[in-house]
Amino acid sequence: MKLECKHVWGYISEYLDGTVDGALREDIEKHLEHCEICSAILDSTRNILILTADDRTFELPVGYSERLHERLAKEIKEPAKNPTASDEPSDG
Amino acid sequence: MAGTPRLMNLREMPAGMLTGSPSEAELIACILGGEKELFHDLIRPYERMAYLTCFAILKNETEAEDAAQEAIINAYRHLGSFRGDAKFSTWLVTIAMNEGRKRLRKARTAKEESLEQTTQNAEGPEGDFTPAFLTDWREIPLEALERKEVREAVRAAVAELPDIYREVFTLRDVEELNVEETAAALGTSANVVKVRLHRARMLLQKKLVPFLKTTAPARKSWFGRNA
Repeated sequence: MKLECKHVWGYISEYLDGTVDGALREDIEKHLEHCEICSAILDSTRNILILTADDRTFELPVGYSERLHERLAKEIKEPAKNPTASDEPSDG
Repeated sequence: MAGTPRLMNLREMPAGMLTGSPSEAELIACILGGEKELFHDLIRPYERMAYLTCFAILKNETEAEDAAQEAIINAYRHLGSFRGDAKFSTWLVTIAMNEGRKRLRKARTAKEESLEQTTQNAEGPEGDFTPAFLTDWREIPLEALERKEVREAVRAAVAELPDIYREVFTLRDVEELNVEETAAALGTSANVVKVRLHRARMLLQKKLVPFLKTTAPARKSWFGRNA
């Protein structure tokens, strides 16, 4: 099936996740071979995902881990007497 | 698990039974069996995830840190209720998500839109998205990551996403949970996760590509000089 650009854009996310299969994937790849615009959209979206997945993009506050474990150590040593029932997580 | 460890305590295991590090289930069993200090080891791989989940909701570093701490303490206090039929990471993300949302509800003023209204507005009709058409941002992300302003632009663009998209995007593409885990943490369906993720990615593409293109670093031109 010959795809139009707009149709391809609708599948970019799933294509990047590798969840488009069979004939549709082949049709998208055929389209990408000759469509520079869609190829660029795909490449740039992929680049953005690489940027966001890098730990340097979303850094933790300095000292976060130390403060967390300090508080945790305190909680383990001297548990709060009355954690409220509403705090209880719902499921496992 | 209801407070009763399923696995034998590490101390009860015959010597040599364990090779390498104890598994997550073993760690949980030991903690519930009384070796509470091991919770530090259990939580270490998920500290970042808890913070980013809260940050995705609260968009404020200090608030997110407080919420993540509270969520982790809460997970420690209620570890006995973790039944083990979900992954520990998903369970923890759910707690972090609830903590973040609880704080957000408290902080929001009456005049702000309800989540339902936001959802209706943000979802929009299917297929109305048009991506950015600039075709010449071919910069290698590795190079882009070296530049502080690029990382700032990405953070800002993610922060500007509507709540429902930012939450899904953070869980899937920043914390790298799979679709099912993300759906479980958000209490929604896999299909909703896929749709929101697609829209989040496309919104970011539209927002970031023009910026990244215009701030592309010096690259070799056709004439062998830095362009």
